[in-house]
Amino acid sequence: MSLWVDKYRPVSLSKVDYHKTQAEHLRNLVQQGDFPHLLFYGPCGAGKKTRIMMLLRELYGTGVEKLRMGHLNFQTSNNKKLEIMSVSSNYHIEINASDAGIYDKIVVMELIKNAAQTHQLDVNGQGEFKIILLNEVDKLTKDAQQALRRTMEKYIATCRLILCANSISQVIPAIRSRCLSIRVPSPTNEEIISILMNICKKEGLSLPTELARRIAEKCDGNLRRAILMCETCKINQYPFDKNQNIVEPDWQKFIYETASIILKEQSPQNLLNIRSRLYELLCHGIPTEIIFKHLLKHLLKNCNLSVKKEIIQVAAEFEHRLHRGSKIIFHLEAFVAKLMLIETNFITSYMCDILEFS
Amino acid sequence: MQAFITSNKSSLNSGESSTKQTTKKDEKKNKKSIPWVEKYRPHTVDDIVEQNEIVATLKQCLAGADLPHFLFYGPPGSGKTSTIIAAARQLFGDMYKDRILELNASDDRGIQVIRDKVKTFSQVTVSSTRSDGKPCPPYKIIILDEADSMTSAAQAALRRTMEKETKSTRFCLICNYVSCIIQPLTSRCAKYRFKPLSKEMMLNRLKLICKEENVLYEEKSLDVLVDACGGDLRRAITCLQSCARLKGNKSLALEDILEVTGIIPDHYIIMMFEVCRERNFEKIENFVEKLLSEAYCAPQVLEQFLELIISSNDLTDIQKSHICEKIAVCSWRLQDGASEYVQLLDLCYCVINVL
Ligand SMILES: Nc1ncnc2c1ncn2[C@@H]1O[C@H](COP(=O)(O)OP(=O)(O)OP(=O)(O)O)[C@@H](O)[C@H]1O
Ligand SMILES: [Mg+2]
Repeated sequence: MSLWVDKYRPVSLSKVDYHKTQAEHLRNLVQQGDFPHLLFYGPCGAGKKTRIMMLLRELYGTGVEKLRMGHLNFQTSNNKKLEIMSVSSNYHIEINASDAGIYDKIVVMELIKNAAQTHQLDVNGQGEFKIILLNEVDKLTKDAQQALRRTMEKYIATCRLILCANSISQVIPAIRSRCLSIRVPSPTNEEIISILMNICKKEGLSLPTELARRIAEKCDGNLRRAILMCETCKINQYPFDKNQNIVEPDWQKFIYETASIILKEQSPQNLLNIRSRLYELLCHGIPTEIIFKHLLKHLLKNCNLSVKKEIIQVAAEFEHRLHRGSKIIFHLEAFVAKLMLIETNFITSYMCDILEFS
Repeated sequence: MQAFITSNKSSLNSGESSTKQTTKKDEKKNKKSIPWVEKYRPHTVDDIVEQNEIVATLKQCLAGADLPHFLFYGPPGSGKTSTIIAAARQLFGDMYKDRILELNASDDRGIQVIRDKVKTFSQVTVSSTRSDGKPCPPYKIIILDEADSMTSAAQAALRRTMEKETKSTRFCLICNYVSCIIQPLTSRCAKYRFKPLSKEMMLNRLKLICKEENVLYEEKSLDVLVDACGGDLRRAITCLQSCARLKGNKSLALEDILEVTGIIPDHYIIMMFEVCRERNFEKIENFVEKLLSEAYCAPQVLEQFLELIISSNDLTDIQKSHICEKIAVCSWRLQDGASEYVQLLDLCYCVINVL
């Protein structure tokens, strides 16, 4: 039995649940083979990947759905062997080049050159060009992005790139200039609710609107997460109750607890405690950006109004350092220490005020 | 991967019987399936718009004058690569392949390659006649495109070769930021800055394409498009093509242009200022989240916000300067990869502070 997320993933551009005009536009765009390289961007779970797959289907028919997993082997200039996972069909190949770390340039180059050189095999109209789908381009090194530039132009007749990114601020201007950027916003809460209701209807379940609304509010605009949450709710308790508990991801709870601990007590002892919690999060592979964002959100919600400005200022500074430096934990820890200082200063000045007053 | 490469064999077989008759048709079709940017890439030096200085120089070279080493620099889509390639094609005609070595960021350009490949290529002397007896310049050109990504060690290795082989070889370095090229190299080259294209020139070029492709347009929409692309003709052409296709009826609509170019609707930017003015922290946080869930990109927000601040009438100069400074800091941090959420919040809180 497949998960609802997969089971109810729309497969054709004419059947999407939201961003309908955009889907219509995409269809028109690829109707003729001369569309440019595409760059899809939007937050997690907004449906970028789904749209890309639908686009491929529109181009090549159902043949693209016969997917194969494969491993690609590469050799770096200092004779190191690399293995990268790929998913491919007869018409396209998809990889996550950032998996190769600092060697991503080699992966990107070889892949495109290989694909482009096989062009002459093809005389039939349908496969005039192939599609290379690169995920997480914003995570590619600058070197790899540079390497894409001229290659993208040179082989445009034989292969098109579809790039996928969470945010384009990390994509170099030269690449952006070469692609048509397609913005994929998160679905609104209303859209999420109606999608959840629809899925439940198809499953023969009755979902209270109130519960759907609560899920939509908790999922951060991430549709995938919303559907997963809904399915978990169903497993935990059916018939649904509109006030039933919605299971949030463990790490999220953990981060929130961490934030509360920071606000509760400011001492070296506690700093040590927080440090081990941060390590725990990092060990579980939670991206630093997420840790930072949720920590900050929770802090802002629970701190005193007068220190908010200061906290934001400090956060912006330390979050930036984290990207320049190499050891993540140093900066996270420095941030926490600074927070504690702000909090302590605030409490002492508050006390002083009271004393002076009396 | 293997399957991916060989996959078309089957289609080859099935299509074989009809191959002969369809070759002509295919050629036509192949032409058609190239995006407009490539279709309208300048073929001769005369097609290059705007960059007058270099065009004049190249014309002299085409007429027989000697060619110096070149260094082209300028923002993306201003015609650097197109210019040198078009010139080289005109200079060498069908000997292009033998006379040109094009190395770009996708090629390995470490010290070793510079020492071996480039050196060997540059040492070969060539004659001043073509195979068909016509005269042609007695040198080769090595194009180092996208030189920003060359290490300074590799650049240093170039110095000697560049000086020694001037008889038989000319170099053409191309980059976006001239500061990425080491001083000893820049001093050996004739430097040409490729300006972002002017509005008029871009409009002319776009109109020409519209005419060729039978696209209906209104002056106003083209205006917006050109403004949004800020001197990047490649981006403008790509957007033009996409807009023309979106609705399927080959006409440009204003809202499509806004969408395709990623411009943020004005009311968001105005609202950003308004929520700051209200000093409601919760509203600010919600607003920033909304903005990011709409997938608008933070640098674009900064850019448009900056415009709003500068043109605002009810801020004092001191206030403006404080906000602008913060925008600069945030933009720098974003470039280093900082979180959009945190930086935008920081900016908003700074605005509150200043007001
Ligand atoms: N000055 C120009 N005249 C005519 N067409 C231009 C000009 N500049 C850019 N274009 C158009 O833009 C496309 C890209 O130009 P080109 O590849 O020369 O840019 P570039 O300066 O090399 O950019 P990059 O720095 O990103 O490599 C061309 O195919 C052409 O259609
Ligand atoms: Mg170029």
